[in-house]
Amino acid sequence: MAEQTVEQVPVLVVGGGPAGMAAARAARLGGARVVLVESGDDLGGQYWRHLPAERQAAREQGGRVAGRPHRGVHQDVPHPGWARFRRMRDDLLRDAGCEVVLGGHVWSVDRRDGAPPLVHVLVGPPDGNGRQPRAFEPAALVLATGAHERTLPFPGWDLPGVFTAGAAQALAKGERVAVGRRVLVAGSGPFLLPVASSLVRTGARVVGVVEAAGRAQLARGWGSRPWRLLPALAKGGELAGYVRDLAAYRIPYRTGAAVVAAHGTDRVEAVTVARLTPGWAPVPGSARRIAVDAVCVGHGFVPRAELATSAGCALGADGSVVVDAGQRTSVPGVLTAGELAGIGGVDLALAEGEIAGSVAAGRAPSPAAVRTRSVFREFAARLAAAHEIRPGWQAWVDDHTIVCRCEDVTAGELRSVAALTGSRGLRSLKLTTRAGLGSCQGRTCGRSVEEILGPAGLVDAGRTARRPLAIPVRLGEIAATAAAGEDVR
Amino acid sequence: MASDAETVRIEVAGEPVDGLAGQTIAGILMAGGRLSWRRSRTGRPRGVFCGIGVCFDCLVVVNGLRDVRACQRRAVDGDRVEFQRDDVAEHAGGQEDDHG
Repeated sequence: MAEQTVEQVPVLVVGGGPAGMAAARAARLGGARVVLVESGDDLGGQYWRHLPAERQAAREQGGRVAGRPHRGVHQDVPHPGWARFRRMRDDLLRDAGCEVVLGGHVWSVDRRDGAPPLVHVLVGPPDGNGRQPRAFEPAALVLATGAHERTLPFPGWDLPGVFTAGAAQALAKGERVAVGRRVLVAGSGPFLLPVASSLVRTGARVVGVVEAAGRAQLARGWGSRPWRLLPALAKGGELAGYVRDLAAYRIPYRTGAAVVAAHGTDRVEAVTVARLTPGWAPVPGSARRIAVDAVCVGHGFVPRAELATSAGCALGADGSVVVDAGQRTSVPGVLTAGELAGIGGVDLALAEGEIAGSVAAGRAPSPAAVRTRSVFREFAARLAAAHEIRPGWQAWVDDHTIVCRCEDVTAGELRSVAALTGSRGLRSLKLTTRAGLGSCQGRTCGRSVEEILGPAGLVDAGRTARRPLAIPVRLGEIAATAAAGEDVR
Repeated sequence: MASDAETVRIEVAGEPVDGLAGQTIAGILMAGGRLSWRRSRTGRPRGVFCGIGVCFDCLVVVNGLRDVRACQRRAVDGDRVEFQRDDVAEHAGGQEDDHG
């Protein structure tokens, strides 16, 4: 077995979405050699998710997909900023000073004093066996690992046919598969709108978009001093396009309401939608049953912070990585950009990526990127206020509702264990209930578990984000890496 | 195996199934009308939930290897896909290749 060498690299970027791509390009413009590690088999991340190149339908241009319909699958799925993506992607792939490692899964980082950590990567298919190990010793490390969706639990949310809003989007963009024929989209945040657009364009009928935030909450976020958002008008244009789709397809948009239950035996057949109080508790007597064969639910996004946490980066109360004006974290030589540094969308991610890449290469960031960042940070702050999750949601979670989908732990079990043991330690509550210990490692339920246990007053809140192994790794692969590293004979 | 470059043929629970080149295993299963294919610890049906590799609901056995996320794994011509039952696995004891 070949001995594994540690590769020294001036700038290592982890994550090939908009933020990581912008960081890699800016670092290259700053003159640094770059390695960009992306776990998928193309660049673009979740935002610029697309059909793989080998598909004929991948001839996507100018924000539209010139795809051939197949199996009743139909129209162009909107791809904002597509030309920009292609330009950035082609630049990076053609650039000899930038190595793009596709299928690169970072599984652990080793902290070092006063320097960025060593980064361990397995290169190969997702969850494969015998992937090739590589290890990097970066002078500067830019983490751009993005975010995943948060979905609040409700009775029946583990039935097949209940999806995250992001799943509907991923299947529409990446597979041209509509998740159902009669679909309800629900949750909170502007992301619900592009999801509805993608669904109708893959042939589904969207029976409604249900936003949990009520008018007062929405107005508070969006309404105060809206002129300050003028520079973000391009974003407004993108949203206006989705709103036009709602009108064109006669999709009702309702605020101050939520899906509070899904019904069915082996799959979803109907959902119950209820009106919510301003604090997001269901209003008694307001429930209405709607027949659907799929429902897509999302309540905003959670930064994917496992690598940043392992590297020792300080996190803010919202779970995002704390950065300074140069996108530097609390760990020397480690920078972050994009959703990991605070949920804010693609324009903020591109600006932060550019700044992080310049700084990683030892250059001053461009004033234009710094201006863009401040505009879109304000935009992000408004989004956060307008769509912030409010605690009343726990009232629709009855004791039989599964909260941890991996281990099938119910809200009732969580509540009774917390009450019986009087424990205030999240770690011990997790070990007792097994919530958050399954294969997803609490990514799906972690925050909800913390909030349900919250009334007891946790002594170690936030601990569900700690995952020393960032991805599942086969034991044989760890053994092989260790054997190679220590040159065992 | 496949008739042209735009098609992949995989085997799902012993039956041949065609998909489009570039689709994930989850994409092929769902395009064929399947909504769930795994059983959770207490026997509840599971399929795709998050679609981006975060939730681990959609795990399948690919070419004999358990716990592969169907929504992340691009289908390759000739892949043999089987369904895993995590309710029985727990009591049957001993998985061949567990996650670390």
